[in-house]
Order: sequence, then structure tokens, then C-alpha cells
Amino acid sequence: MHVFRKRNGKGNGNGGPVIRMEGITKVYDTGKVRVEALRGIDLAIGGGEFVAIVGPSGSGKSTLMNLIGCLDTPTGGDYDLLGEPVKGLDRNRLSAVRNRRVGFVFQNFNLLPQISAYENVELPLLFGSVSAKERKRRTEEVLARVGLEDRMEHKPTELSGGQMQRVAIARALAMDPAILLADEPTGNLDSTSGGDIMALFEDLWRQGRTIVVITHDAALSRRASRVVEIRDGRITRDTGARPEGGNAREALPE
Amino acid sequence: MSLRASLRQLSRDLRSQKLRTAFTAFGIVWGTVAVSLLLAFGQGMHAQLVKSSAGLGENIVIAWPSLTSKPFEGLGKGRRIRLDEEDIEMLRARAGGLLGISGEYASTLKLVYGTRTLAVDVSGVSPIFGEMRNLVPAAGGRFVNDLDERDKRRTLFLGDQLAKDLFGSTDPVGKTVQLGGSPFQIVGVLKKKSQDSSYSGRDEGKAFAPASTMRALTGQRYVNNFIFKAETNADTERLKAGVRRILAARHRFDPEDKEALALWDTTEMFRFLDTFMLAFRLFLGIVGSLTLVVGGIGVSNIMNVVVEERTREIGIKMALGARPSSILGQLLLETIFLTAGGGAVGLAISAAICAVFPESFTEFVGRPVLSPLVTATTAGLLGAVAIVAGYFPARDASRLDPVVAMKT
Ligand SMILES: Nc1ncnc2c1ncn2[C@@H]1O[C@H](COP(=O)(O)OP(=O)(O)O)[C@@H](O)[C@H]1O
Ligand SMILES: [Mg+2]
Repeated sequence: MHVFRKRNGKGNGNGGPVIRMEGITKVYDTGKVRVEALRGIDLAIGGGEFVAIVGPSGSGKSTLMNLIGCLDTPTGGDYDLLGEPVKGLDRNRLSAVRNRRVGFVFQNFNLLPQISAYENVELPLLFGSVSAKERKRRTEEVLARVGLEDRMEHKPTELSGGQMQRVAIARALAMDPAILLADEPTGNLDSTSGGDIMALFEDLWRQGRTIVVITHDAALSRRASRVVEIRDGRITRDTGARPEGGNAREALPE
Repeated sequence: MSLRASLRQLSRDLRSQKLRTAFTAFGIVWGTVAVSLLLAFGQGMHAQLVKSSAGLGENIVIAWPSLTSKPFEGLGKGRRIRLDEEDIEMLRARAGGLLGISGEYASTLKLVYGTRTLAVDVSGVSPIFGEMRNLVPAAGGRFVNDLDERDKRRTLFLGDQLAKDLFGSTDPVGKTVQLGGSPFQIVGVLKKKSQDSSYSGRDEGKAFAPASTMRALTGQRYVNNFIFKAETNADTERLKAGVRRILAARHRFDPEDKEALALWDTTEMFRFLDTFMLAFRLFLGIVGSLTLVVGGIGVSNIMNVVVEERTREIGIKMALGARPSSILGQLLLETIFLTAGGGAVGLAISAAICAVFPESFTEFVGRPVLSPLVTATTAGLLGAVAIVAGYFPARDASRLDPVVAMKT
């Protein structure tokens, strides 16, 4: 069932947006201070888009990304993921969504430090009740996909930053999700390994995945098919789908 | 999730939180070793005390006729009361609730075997004496019996130390010795026993002959003392009063005169022993509980120390799609595993300590008796503490949005 496949560019069967937000707000209220991190976000992302989210620090990019990945709950507004409303899903259903629908890559990797790269990548497959044989095949496959087939038994502390981020990307890919989300994936990397990671994302996109990346890196945002700029909790600029990049799927043989 | 996948995750969790794993396991091992050794030594000591005290015989009364200390019916005080076999017969016939009674005719006599000569304390006693005084014959021998007593046979039962001194490694049973100038046949040797109280030397160094034979041999008419035992321990007080009353009437002394007939009631010793052991066990119980409490605090502290690290880890797992129920189930599995493992290691360590416990010490404090049940219970209680201490933080973490848990 969970085999790697070339996607048709549409996360869901009906051709509608894979991500659709309307009037999304997020307020952090710590008692002392009240921060309106998002002040009404309307955003629709179609299957096969490569979206770069840009904006100054503190503008609400991470908050938005966490909401897209169902890692956090919005204060207000509606959010449909792959045509399904997220509001009202119980905790087990939310776990299933995080496990199967989206893969998340963090700026600080968030790997478990004491276990090997292989074991880190295998985690979502364990949570997804994938059979032992299939787990092994898929773990090895995604680690090879990010070029770490000879580093599988290394612990994160024995890897470079770029290698750790590739482990994290492999982990995000393990369950073969339709959507890959990355919050400043090159933020903690030197420019060379940052470039490698960007190339990897572009590659994954060309294979048909929907990709949303937060970045400060102009080089990375140039590779994207669409750039969304956020300031002060609002979308201030949206290039929309760029025709020359957006038809990457047509460039590939089916 | 399949069992294999669960175990795979278990090994991952144990390694990803090494500090917690090591300290929790250590806490459980330490707690079970401490508590199970404590109770093992307590149990061994109790058994040893009971065994040694029973060396003299269980719940017997030893009686010495002596001088009156009160005038009675015109007779002055300081009169010597002397009892002979007729008195013993009368008590045997008339005292209610009596299990057995035996006079004891004691003399120090010359005992000769081959070239060896020893001066030995010999007691002439009835067959029932052996049973009451816990004089168990070693294999191949017997105590003085009814026929010996009836026919005034010259039979002799030897204490084990005496037998060794006289015969070395030869088996004395069947051999003939000269006692007070007459030939006696050895019919039995005392089986080695612990004895921590006595009234005329320890039994291991003494010899026992039929009372009738001894009376005929030495011409001794009066008993040095006699011993008796009630059918049930509860009757001992009533029996003692009955014995005093019967003898007082016959020998005309005041039944309240404690010195005319001195009684040593060993049931009092056992009663004291029981009280002592109860107190001792209570003490051990309190120390054991405190050990458990301290161990429990340690284990739950460990859980609290790692709460932050754990919360972050749970956040990451939730972000990857772990269900809250699987996170909590995994925690339970992990704690059960640590508890079982820690308990087993604790039991093994305790067993090893008991096994290498020097034989020479067991005479004083007994042989420690390890109870696997106690060990399992202790480990289980500490495990329960670990579960409770680990469960609530984990549950709280699993209820957070993943991003909040990860930022902890
Ligand atoms: N957990 C939180 N509690 C309170 N305020 C927060 C929290 N997370 C983010 N914020 C605030 O929300 C705003 C948006 O933050 P964030 O989404 O991280 O911005 P960006 O990723 O664009 O730098 C900032 O002002 C930040 O201080
Ligand atoms: Mg950010």
C-alpha cells in the first residue's frame, strides 16, 4: 500500500486545494502578555505547489506552519486539509493525520539524540503500524533517498548538521506523505549543506509532492513555484502559482 | 501496534532516556535487595531463636523441691521438702491436664570405656523425659524406654559431645561402658541440637539412664527435680496450681509458698519470645516500609527530573503521529519491564548474599531465609510508584499540542 509513487500533483482526488485556510487566527495568551501571532489568514495551496513562506522574524511564519501541520490548534477560523476539516478531529485522528498526511521538518531537527539515524527514521513507521518487513524496506529506501545509506547506524550526535537535517527529511518522508512542511530547514546549516538540502526539496517537488517551506534564503525562495510573504500576522504578498515552475509535473513522464 | 513493534519501541525508549532507565532500575534493585535481605535475616533469626529455645524442650515446667519459707499448720519454716517416686506417681495419677511427668535423679559418676575415664553428670529419668526435653536420638539409636524402666535395665543414652569425647568417631550404640562400677549398654546418642538454656549443664555433655536403674545403682531415693508438661499450653497455669496443691496437701506446706516448690515455667520464656519476635518483626516492618518509602521517593524523583526531557520527547513523537494511548501504553510497558528486571536482579543479588553468608555466623543470627514473594511485592510496589510518578507527567504531555510539548 505505502509504496513510493510519482504523484499526479493533486493531493486529493478532486483537484481542489490540499490546504485551505479561511480567517485563521492564533492568539498566544500567557496571562501577562497577549500576542496576536496570526490575524486572519486566507490561504489555499494546490497539489504539487512548491510554496516558500517568507517574512521578517516574529511575523508568524512558524505559527502558521505548525497549524498547517496540525501540531497546534488555531484560535479561530477554518482549516481543511486534503478536503477534510481539521476542527473537531479527536486526538487519535489528529495523530493519524500527522502520521500519514504531512511530513514535518524542523529548523532544529528534533531528532532523538540517543538512538541511531535508522531508528529515528523508523519511528513514524512504528507509530503507523507498518509491518516489520515493510518498515525495514522503507527506512532503508528513504535514507538512501537522502544519501545516508552509509550512515544509518550513526547517532545524531555523530552526524554533521546537514546530515542530521537529511535524517529529519528522511523521517518526514518515511510514511510517504502528500505534503512536506519545513520550517527554516537550512537555518542552522552552512551554505553548502543548505544548498544540498534545497536541491533535495526541489527534487522531491519535481517528483510530485506538495512542499511548503519557510525560508529567509532568497536562493531557496527563487526555486519555489510561489512565494507568500507574511508580516505581522497577515499575508502581505502572494505571487500565486508561477506558471513556469508550477507545471513541473507536466515536465515529467507519467 | 504489534508486540514486536512495541518491544522495538521499548528498547528505543530505554536507550533514549538512559539516565532514567539506569536510575529507575537502580532504585528498584536497591529497594528490593534492602527489603528482602532485611526480612530474610529477620526470618532466619526468628527461626534460630525458636530452635535454640526449644533445645530445652517446648513449654515444659521444671520443679525443684526446696525449703519452706512460711510456717504452716504449726510447722516452722525452713523445713526441707523431699519428693520421691511415690509423689511423682501420685501427680501422674491425680494432676489434671498432664501430658507427661518425670522425676530426675542426678549423680556425678565415673564413666569408663576402654582406657578413658570421665566424670559424668548422669540423670535417671522416665522415657517420657526424652520427648519432653527434646532429647532426639541420632539415627540408629533410641532413648530410654518403658522396658528399661520396668526391668531396671542398665541402659544409657549419651549426649553427643560426651559420645565424641569417649568414643571419638566409633559408633557408641551397642557398646558397653562401666558406669559407677556397673556395666551399662549404650542404646542411643543425642542428635546434635541448638540449646541456649539449661538448668544443670547442656544435654550434649550429659548421660541419661532409666530412673529405676539409677535409684538402684546409687541408692538415691529423692528426686533432685522433676519436669512436667500440660496437654495444652493454656492449661499450664492450672496444672501448676494443681501440682502445688497436691504436693502441699501431702507434705503439709503452704500452697502459696513459692520457695517450698520452685517452678520454672519455660512457657513464660516462649511467651516472652513471642512478644519479642512480634516487636522485632514490627521493627523490621517499619524499617522495611521506610526503606520502601525512601526508595519510592527516589524513583518518583527520577521520574520528575526527567519530566522535561520526556515531555519534549513525547512532543516529537506526537508530531510524528504517535497516539496518546500508545505513548502511555509504552510508558507502562517500560515501567513493568524495569520493575520485573530490577526485581529479578534484586532477588538474584539477595540470593547471592544469602548463599555466601558464612556458616559460622548462622549459629548466632540464623540462616537468612529469602522470600521471593517479599522481593516480588517490594519490586511491584516500587514499580507502582514508578508508574504513578511517570504516568501523570506523560499523560499531561500527551494532552498538549505537540508544538507546545516540544518547546518545553
Ligand atoms: N508559545 C508562544 N507563546 C507566546 N508567544 C509566542 C509563542 N510562540 C510564538 N509567539 C509569538 O508569536 C509571534 C509569531 O511567532 P513565530 O510564529 O514564531 O514567528 P516567526 O516564525 O515568523 O519568526 C511572535 O511575536 C512570537 O513572540
Ligand atoms: Mg520561526
